[in-house]
Amino acid sequence: MNLHEYQARALLKGAGIPVPDGEVAETAEQAAAIAGRFGRAVVVKAQVHAGGRGKAGGVKLARDAAEARERARDILRLRIKGLPVKKVLVAPAADIASESYLGIIVDRATQCPVVMVSPAGGVDIEEVAAATPEKIFRTAVDARYGLLPHQALGLAFRLYPDLARARQAAAIMRQLYQAFFATGASLVEINPLISTPEGAVVALDAKLVVDDNELERRPQIAALRDASAELEAEIRARAAGLSYIQLSGNVGCCVNGAGLAMATMDLVKYYGGEPANFLDIGGSSNPQKVVDALTIISADRNVRSILFNIFGGITRCDDVANGIVAATRQITLDRPIVIRLTGTNEALAVDILKGAGFSALTDMDEAVQQAVRLGAAG
Amino acid sequence: MSVFINHDTRLVVQGITGRDGSFHARQMLEYGTAIVAGVTPGKGGQTFEQRVPVFNTVAEAARETGANASVIYVPAGFAADAIYEAADAGLKMIVCITEGIPVLDMTRVLPYVRERGARLLGPNCPGAISPGECKVGIIPGQICRPGSIGVVSRSGTLTYEIVHQLSGAGLGQSTCVGIGGDPLIGTSFVDCLEAFQNDPATEAIVMIGEIGGTDEQTAARAVRERITKPVVGFIAGQTAPPGRRMGHAGAIISGSSGTAAEKMAAFRDAGIAVMNRPADVVPLIRERRSIP
Repeated sequence: MNLHEYQARALLKGAGIPVPDGEVAETAEQAAAIAGRFGRAVVVKAQVHAGGRGKAGGVKLARDAAEARERARDILRLRIKGLPVKKVLVAPAADIASESYLGIIVDRATQCPVVMVSPAGGVDIEEVAAATPEKIFRTAVDARYGLLPHQALGLAFRLYPDLARARQAAAIMRQLYQAFFATGASLVEINPLISTPEGAVVALDAKLVVDDNELERRPQIAALRDASAELEAEIRARAAGLSYIQLSGNVGCCVNGAGLAMATMDLVKYYGGEPANFLDIGGSSNPQKVVDALTIISADRNVRSILFNIFGGITRCDDVANGIVAATRQITLDRPIVIRLTGTNEALAVDILKGAGFSALTDMDEAVQQAVRLGAAG
Repeated sequence: MSVFINHDTRLVVQGITGRDGSFHARQMLEYGTAIVAGVTPGKGGQTFEQRVPVFNTVAEAARETGANASVIYVPAGFAADAIYEAADAGLKMIVCITEGIPVLDMTRVLPYVRERGARLLGPNCPGAISPGECKVGIIPGQICRPGSIGVVSRSGTLTYEIVHQLSGAGLGQSTCVGIGGDPLIGTSFVDCLEAFQNDPATEAIVMIGEIGGTDEQTAARAVRERITKPVVGFIAGQTAPPGRRMGHAGAIISGSSGTAAEKMAAFRDAGIAVMNRPADVVPLIRERRSIP
């Protein structure tokens, strides 16, 4: 789950990291009032779950309250990567002496949390990594002991040659590492971490992504989810316990298992079609999930044919068949359905489907080809 | 012969009285797996299916029954501790089926398990099956046939699909291993490739990867350097958009890395025959096996 910058800032501030003041506005008037209170130049920043905000015009400087009103009005009208901007962060403009990068991720290769720093901050860190990898420094941390003081200080000296600033940066790293575990993050970044002309080290921006598997035991973090930043169909799918991602094709896919779901989408493409979505109904077979899945897929008007691909293991084919039949009673299905199922209780499922006027295939390639054909014709 | 699990596996089922644990324990017993004990705290002294003694702790189960492996079906909130418990009891093969363990928990679990000389398979994996010998986990036994193909995969049902195609063509398997779809897992592709390379019963290997991370690229490097048996590979997620998690926690294309195209290219560079679709597995295996 992605957090907004203002939410991440608040969490880092709570962890003791120096973060400049800043407030959130939902209207241009609110933005002007906040800027007026600060009584100095401010930055107005779009709060959306999309990278490249600056390039998209979502980050602007304003000299006073009147300008903040104008900038906020413009930014609140933007859509960045398809997402509407509903909130802006208004924060005092900082005096910057130098900009660095500080981030923590869980690295799959070393299987450890890795703290990364770069003196080349303020820009896209992936670009730095690609163009000048020698400017990125990392330390893998044994999670059982945490980030040790000497490890933090060693990294901090990569950013600042003087002990005064290095000490501040090292303290921030250790606080950030604590916050990383306390929030159940899979990624946290401060970009830029700045030093001011007075020699203070401050976090000017914050990005935090939380591991979805942490949300159940961290209700306060889960409550930060901004549903308005997601597609409605994907919110409904999550509520129904389905994993769904909408794409732009015309063959709706309903599959059990993430790997098979991806392979099914790939096969749709292989036979010349375009998948309309990724949808994994999960391992346990519950007819209601199938009803929810069909409802969500048919709500996508781009869908011209619907393909079921079920490999029964824990999922019982008869449960899926019952779900399909139940769905046809609850919603009007005006598009053709191709059903492929094999595995646990396959014969029972075929009987259920036949009784309701459907036919079922057992071969994956045959089913995908048929769905692509119907999708093109529809 | 086979890898990781075989006739000598003496299995403890952690969470044997739960909904999933009891269902799959029954399936494993039916398949012929030697389940010597079950563990559910507070249910020690009971007997599962009139033949498997249930204990309160894994240590007790191991001591009383001589168990050497464990499979974990406990809920996500308790699963990390269940892995620690199995390792502390001295079990050397630990299979964790449970999905949803936070990645940060795994950063502590993995070194702990390794330092105790145990192998963890998973978490969030379907387990392993050595057809005709032993099944640990949830892979449906009826789709497998004994034979000489080693199968290793990050996925569940996609593995079943490919195994189903192999079995249908008379190509049996030595062992099928599901390593799991999470970002941090105990047993990697490379571990499995090396095990298959050293297993005299395995003649050829099928490796099923997906988008996200660089484990497949690392595996490709290992194949080029030290795997002499023929390898056939598949990568799921060619149509996946960047930045969106495709079900598995590990299946996400971040930045420019982890794409299907990149992984397929790494496979090809290492001499791995790449399938364009699951059905290609049979012709590619036949073709490869005919090369001496």
